[in-house]
Amino acid sequence: MKAMTLLDKIWDRHVVRTEDGGRCVLFIDRHYIHEVTSPVAFANLDKRGIPVARPLRTTATADHNVPTTGQELPLDDPKARTQIETLANNCRKHGINYFGMQHPNQGIVHIIGPEQGFTQPGMTIVCGDSHTSTHGAFGAIAFGVGTSEVEMVLASQCLIQEKPKSMRITINGLLNKGVGAKDLILYIISRISTSGGTGHFIEFAGEAVRSLSMDGRMTLCNMAIECGARGGMIAPDETTFEYLRHTANAPADFSYAVEKWRLLKSDPDAVFDREYVFEATDVPVMITYGTNPGMAININGTVPANAPADALAYMGFRSGETLLGKAIDYVFIGSCTNGRIEDFRLLARLVRGRKKAENVTVWLVPGSKKVEALIRQEGLDQILDAAGFSLRQPGCSACLAMNRDKIPQGCYCMSTSNRNFEGRQGPGAKTILAGVPAAAAAALTGKITDPRILFNTIY
Amino acid sequence: MSIQKFSTIISTAVPLKVQNIDTDQIIPARFLTSVERKGFGENLFRDWRFDSQDNKIASFPLNDPRYSGSILVTGDHFGCGSSREHAAWALYDYGFRVVVSSSFADIFRNNALNVGLLPVKVSETFLARIFTAIYENSGMAQFRVDLESQTFTILGNGDTEYFNVDSYKKRCLLMGYDDVDYLLSIGNQIEDFEKENE
Ligand code: SF4
Repeated sequence: MKAMTLLDKIWDRHVVRTEDGGRCVLFIDRHYIHEVTSPVAFANLDKRGIPVARPLRTTATADHNVPTTGQELPLDDPKARTQIETLANNCRKHGINYFGMQHPNQGIVHIIGPEQGFTQPGMTIVCGDSHTSTHGAFGAIAFGVGTSEVEMVLASQCLIQEKPKSMRITINGLLNKGVGAKDLILYIISRISTSGGTGHFIEFAGEAVRSLSMDGRMTLCNMAIECGARGGMIAPDETTFEYLRHTANAPADFSYAVEKWRLLKSDPDAVFDREYVFEATDVPVMITYGTNPGMAININGTVPANAPADALAYMGFRSGETLLGKAIDYVFIGSCTNGRIEDFRLLARLVRGRKKAENVTVWLVPGSKKVEALIRQEGLDQILDAAGFSLRQPGCSACLAMNRDKIPQGCYCMSTSNRNFEGRQGPGAKTILAGVPAAAAAALTGKITDPRILFNTIY
Repeated sequence: MSIQKFSTIISTAVPLKVQNIDTDQIIPARFLTSVERKGFGENLFRDWRFDSQDNKIASFPLNDPRYSGSILVTGDHFGCGSSREHAAWALYDYGFRVVVSSSFADIFRNNALNVGLLPVKVSETFLARIFTAIYENSGMAQFRVDLESQTFTILGNGDTEYFNVDSYKKRCLLMGYDDVDYLLSIGNQIEDFEKENE
């Protein structure tokens, strides 16, 4: 039998039929929806007069435009209110499980799915959101879709898709001290470019990946889309099973499930359409200097000579200069990239006993109500409070600035989110992407600072 | 909701020679608060078309009176970023029926096909020739996009390039079908599949 990749194994098991030309009717196991990309899909179902085919396979939450303070109050933004009410009504009408703002399971869609064990190895998973790639960390085929496709899944639980090509990115060895999954993915994107993964699903492999926690693996797969890939994935292993064992929706016969999940890995002689190999020790602490996630450098490096002029003009940086010491106005810690409990545990460990710089506004936005509850249970909120940071309520927040959390025109924001596009965090906002340690260092010093030096004693 | 049938298009084109145009530029997130699919064209490329006082930025090609038509010609890697179909809706609503580039982000390409907007991927050299034709004729150059034969032609000199379209999607566009109609028609097969794989 032909050697298969992990992608082949999961994909082939979900093909209902193949059309001429090669497109596959693909069965979708789990569908996540949110308030922004679903209303038109539901409206079209109503127009056609058809029901949701498999309501139990869809999970809904409100995340993109929810406020991050006063969630218990009525929403004052009428448009956001309409979107959220529309989602709640659609879910009620079609029998879909909905985690609204008052629900203890609410949060960013890519955080709550894994957290509650809806995301499992071997599944096909889609959502009307590009960062659906996050769920691939569990050894699933997970990808973002548009609203027409949300409608297709609601109507039939299937999509008509071209099979993506396969790519493997192997990272040998272990990451340096103080370097995390976020640095690794920024490094990879800077090396293969923002379009390097176009048309492909990336399987991340190698010792550096195996040694990451589930939270770290999700950070990695989350940003696979930023190099243009349809999705990222990591073969499930003990780390995956251990994580899932404790989730609310873990399979009843867990050991049987694990037995099946163990088969989910690329055959040793499987051939990928493309392969890259990197050395973990080459990965430094990374930050971005430009207006897409591929424009990333070593925090101690200099802005490249060939950096695009329009990006530099927007950011106010010059080729050849170092970014160390540049003043930062805002720090945003949150999003589906770095809004999980581990991120806040690390943050609390780093800032304990220190004080926020006066010139910086810091927004800490937990990825879900569960993350928020854990932060309080573990007393992290007190450490963060004492450092002068304040904790907001769960949602996408300044990651895409659909709600009030907008970075003002011209301000620099060091952000643990995933996109530094022009205006992404508000019109004229200048975003610098980084991992939690670099963001924490900026929050404490008010400027771009190498976290490995500042936190030397803690690492 | 079926889509508009796509037939041969002959039109002038709007040049937008920028690479890596992301969906946050095509339609910024703050305009995604609607629950209906309408009016997105008004905010297409909002922050490039208008300044913060809502005045038109004259140098932006969509505001340049020399350029018009239903074909948008852009730099490499168009449509990266978010999955928002609103980007394809905004382009369509504004009046574009074809977007030409040397490469497209995957999700955008799918979204475009699903709403009846044809993404035409051409070689980098051919893309350069299209830009030249537009600029040299001050926007008056005509182009033909023929989906049936999968060709893009610069009418002034007859230069033609073949482009790829998935045959299933091509049929959908030519007939004005969408995937939901088709998926509903194979409902039994989907049910059987699900039972077998439980
Ligand atoms: S946190 Fe940001 S990237 Fe993640 S789902 Fe929300 S808006 Fe999208």
